Amino acid sequence: MKINDVILRTVTKIVVFIILTFGVELFFSGHNDPGGGFIGGLVLSSAFVLLYLVFDIETVHRGVPFDFKKIAAFGAFLAVFTGIGGVLFGEPFLTQAFGLFDLPILGPTELASVLLFEAGVAFTVVGVVVTIILSISKDV
Amino acid sequence: MIKTMLTIALISFAITIAIATVRIILGPSMPDRVIALDMIGVNLIASIAVISIMLKTRAYLEVILILGILSFIGTIAFSKYIERGVIIERKRSR
Repeated sequence: MKINDVILRTVTKIVVFIILTFGVELFFSGHNDPGGGFIGGLVLSSAFVLLYLVFDIETVHRGVPFDFKKIAAFGAFLAVFTGIGGVLFGEPFLTQAFGLFDLPILGPTELASVLLFEAGVAFTVVGVVVTIILSISKDV
Repeated sequence: MIKTMLTIALISFAITIAIATVRIILGPSMPDRVIALDMIGVNLIASIAVISIMLKTRAYLEVILILGILSFIGTIAFSKYIERGVIIERKRSR
């Protein structure tokens, strides 16, 4: 039986980029607005889940050739590594710093080292969620 | 005036969600339940927008976007399960 899903595939090719952009926006909206690494990672992984739903595992792996278990491990390493960065300057573990900088285009911007920690959290969430979804969808 | 209208709208959305819940419980077939779930998602989005107007805040707009995305993905997953019996395919079948 041939199933016609042209509309779903065409919509998905556009909507995935909207979801990815929204995930990155949530990730950067940081600790002053709703957002952060965990929620941004969840939205990013929902975009990957949508891709896996509409296409199939082989096609998506040809386009996104990452091992998501390695991405999760890299994220956990990055989060712990930023904690060690505070120890190097004689501060307690996981101490974070921030400052105001004058960037060329953006103007005065607040840069915080917690961004690296949040990036590690986001990588971990994306890797773990996609790994769980792929594991429980294996053929029984 | 606007406060009364928003309250009436909220009550109407609540009644709609209750009716859709009845349809989910009773629903004779599986597609009825999927459509009712999608309807609950849409009404939740609308009621969150109304609440955001009542409280005069913009903090709930991200909630609306995330609910839209999750409702979309959930409806697609349910429909694909009903249609094919498998949600994520291993290799291309066409």
